[in-house]
Amino acid sequence: MTFRKSGAKKLTAEQATKRMAWVIQVSAVRDNKDKAAFAELFGYFAPRVKSFLMKSGASPDLAEECTQEVMATLWNKAHMFDPAKASVSTWIFTIARNRKIDLLRKQKRPEPEDLPWGPEPEPDQADAMGLQQETEQLGQALAALPEEQRKLIEKAYYGELSHSEIAAETGLPLGTIKSRIRLALERLRHTMK
Amino acid sequence: MMSGMKQIKHHLTEPLLMGYAAGTLPEAFNLVVATHISMCDNCRAALAEYEAVGGEVMVDVDPIDVAEDALAATMAMIESGTLTEKPAPARVKNSIFPGPLQDYVKGDLDSLKWRKVGGGVSQMILPTSKDASVRLLRIPAGTAVPDHGHRGTELTLVLQGAFVDDEDRFAAGDVEVANEDLQHTPVAEEGMDCICLAATDAPLKFSGLLPRIAQKFVRI
Ligand SMILES: [Zn+2]
Repeated sequence: MTFRKSGAKKLTAEQATKRMAWVIQVSAVRDNKDKAAFAELFGYFAPRVKSFLMKSGASPDLAEECTQEVMATLWNKAHMFDPAKASVSTWIFTIARNRKIDLLRKQKRPEPEDLPWGPEPEPDQADAMGLQQETEQLGQALAALPEEQRKLIEKAYYGELSHSEIAAETGLPLGTIKSRIRLALERLRHTMK
Repeated sequence: MMSGMKQIKHHLTEPLLMGYAAGTLPEAFNLVVATHISMCDNCRAALAEYEAVGGEVMVDVDPIDVAEDALAATMAMIESGTLTEKPAPARVKNSIFPGPLQDYVKGDLDSLKWRKVGGGVSQMILPTSKDASVRLLRIPAGTAVPDHGHRGTELTLVLQGAFVDDEDRFAAGDVEVANEDLQHTPVAEEGMDCICLAATDAPLKFSGLLPRIAQKFVRI
């Protein structure tokens, strides 16, 4: 574990490239129904989605079923993915979370109003790259946290902590992705005036 | 659209945003969070960040092998078209009820079946999972909600009008997050009835005798 963390900073560019590769794979699924690209995404994400769901309390069978549905949803909704607003890892996480609430907790999930982002022909390349890099930095900051603190955050996401047990101070350098999304929202509101 | 947005002063707390991103809050709380985010770009952007944290937690787990035929089974599922999304429910614009709330409240403000809970205050409980409850409150202008403390967490989101309590002033879009230590008496401002969406994960406790008796009957 500790080996991975040392020298993590140098990896950022390379890792962000890995993230851009995921973005290209999702585009290939969207544009060409590219099964090879899908298989690549599946190979990386499916075992992680499954593990995440099991840590969240799903039985192995349910987690397996749910994982396949999550990956199928990725295929079906590839046209909705926007790399200037989320990393592929973030997007798949939200799909998995929604399936978890539906299948494990058997609850409805109230979703915020959709914003009329409008047809963005090709998301801005620099925006997309910037967001992928920031997400990579966030991931590395998470990995570099003291063990105990990282475990707490993980527990919060697995559902082992209630909201009142979640401390407000996460120790993560939050705010970079937020300000990027904020800017995009401001641009959107401006164009709608 | 939503020109009142800039005036929002009271936002969701970080643990609530994290809980919503993680999908671990009770449905009643999720409804308040989703409704506030529909009105607040600030919290919408903050949520995106907590979802990014979730994605990183997910890719950092030790992977667990999926079934040998998982990819083939998934392709078969895709090709059969059996995985269909429920169509998004129709929502109207410019309602005082933002989209997520419209899915729980059928009709507009005047067609609702309010139930009087005393002191001129009315409520309507919305159906959610039992781990917490959520209701609409209608507080006539200038009226106080009985003094009450909290056992758990109470979220109050203002949809119309404004209320003032010992802490501050809360207007449309503002959310108050009250915990056990807060004892307060919200009073609706003059001029307009105050409509709030309020969720709690424990029954409220009232300090006066009469409200306590009333509580037995009205499930506030
Ligand atoms: Zn807010």
